[in-house]
Amino acid sequence: MRPFAFERAPDAGAALRLASQASSGGTPARAPAQFLAGGTTMLDLMKLDVMRPERLVDINALAGPHGAIEADGKGLRLGALARMSAVADHPAVKREWPVVAQSLALAASAQLRNMASIGGNVLQRTRCAYFRDTSWIACNKRDPGSGCAALEGHNRLHAVLGTSEKCIASYPGDFAQALIALDATVELAGPKGSRSIPFAELHRLPGDTPEVETALRPDELITAFAVPALPWARRSLYLKVRDRESYAFAAASAAVALDMDGGRVREARIALGGVAAVPWRAREAEAALAGQELTEASAQRAAEAAFRGARTHGHNDFKPELGRRTLVRALLQAGRMEA
Amino acid sequence: MDVTMRVNGFEHRLLLDPRVTLLDALRERIGLTGAKKGCDHGQCGACTVLVDGRRVLACLTLAAQAEGRDVTTVEGLASPDGALHPMQQAFIDHDAFQCGYCTPGQIMSAIGCVEEGHAETAADIREYMSGNLCRCAAYPNIVAAVEQAKPQMAGG
Repeated sequence: MRPFAFERAPDAGAALRLASQASSGGTPARAPAQFLAGGTTMLDLMKLDVMRPERLVDINALAGPHGAIEADGKGLRLGALARMSAVADHPAVKREWPVVAQSLALAASAQLRNMASIGGNVLQRTRCAYFRDTSWIACNKRDPGSGCAALEGHNRLHAVLGTSEKCIASYPGDFAQALIALDATVELAGPKGSRSIPFAELHRLPGDTPEVETALRPDELITAFAVPALPWARRSLYLKVRDRESYAFAAASAAVALDMDGGRVREARIALGGVAAVPWRAREAEAALAGQELTEASAQRAAEAAFRGARTHGHNDFKPELGRRTLVRALLQAGRMEA
Repeated sequence: MDVTMRVNGFEHRLLLDPRVTLLDALRERIGLTGAKKGCDHGQCGACTVLVDGRRVLACLTLAAQAEGRDVTTVEGLASPDGALHPMQQAFIDHDAFQCGYCTPGQIMSAIGCVEEGHAETAADIREYMSGNLCRCAAYPNIVAAVEQAKPQMAGG
């Protein structure tokens, strides 16, 4: 691991100041100053020499003002320093927004969930082996312009939606799919004050600049997530299909919430994980289901719509079919929920 | 940098490079080699310790992040008179290991699992212990050990 300076920030203002004092440069995701919360991604990638911060700003002291879980009639507000396990185990979250609780409970391991903040969780980096292993020269996400070793390499777990010719890495997280499906917003603090953006605008498609992963500025900090009140989100779930039963990244996953009128779908919210370059809202699938009776056939049509634009690269040819089956099962399961 | 933490009830003041992980501080500086370095990347659970009573991975925690915290390692479980923690005894009773390398992490994680309330069923135990790998595959015996220790911990 390369040397770095360790600073503790007593509050958000100090965290932003400490971050802005570091030298600038580098790609946004590899800026010289990095915030440290749980550190589960950061330290891992620093040991691998993928991340090379000059300064780590420990923001764990912000958990007081920015770590609360508040659930009421207005919705759910999650402080960014709340730990994954605290949100996953919160009774009101489990009852009113099950997809949120499940997306966190099915992620990582119990130890990692005790450590990782939810703010850091949405920023976790891809598990693409070529990104993580610096002995591979070619990775446009790590070193812009160097190429993409995954295109012709081992790409079994790579994305099939939202990719580009520059990068086919998949977004590895789970929680983000729940947030994007429920139209959450994310609150950011920066040197020029606070701002709030739709969660759907936080992550950027790789396009020609896969090194730019989010709309966050290097000196901005996620302080909270707000999930709107949505009474029918009680009928929601997160289905995650993995190579092993637990403690693995999704081969395919689906976050679904259904507003049902008897057997008919008034409105569906669908997001897909493990198959896309970013947290993926499947609006075509939602449109295909709206107003329809929920049956295996209509769920299948929605799933076909979701993966119509899929592009595969050999080892991951199985993903569209796995993704469709995952979504169909999630929809039918949600349809059977008592809500 | 200066880091002060309590480990198994004893205060330690260490002068450390910021890069030192909690795991390396425990093993190389304090001399507690119970927590093991398996993968060193948060994938195997062998380094599991309790920080302020919650199970975490010492390999992905900087020692500096443990400033002012209470750290418990497997060495801190037995009573001063040598009586084992119910979870330690249960691992022996059920032969819940073969090579033993993952065992300190398994035991610390199992204690966390019970105290979090995630050991209600065997399926729960398997799910909430999934962050601790055992290459000898002692898993069925580990589940049995956790089931034995759980009511004893509640009583203790």
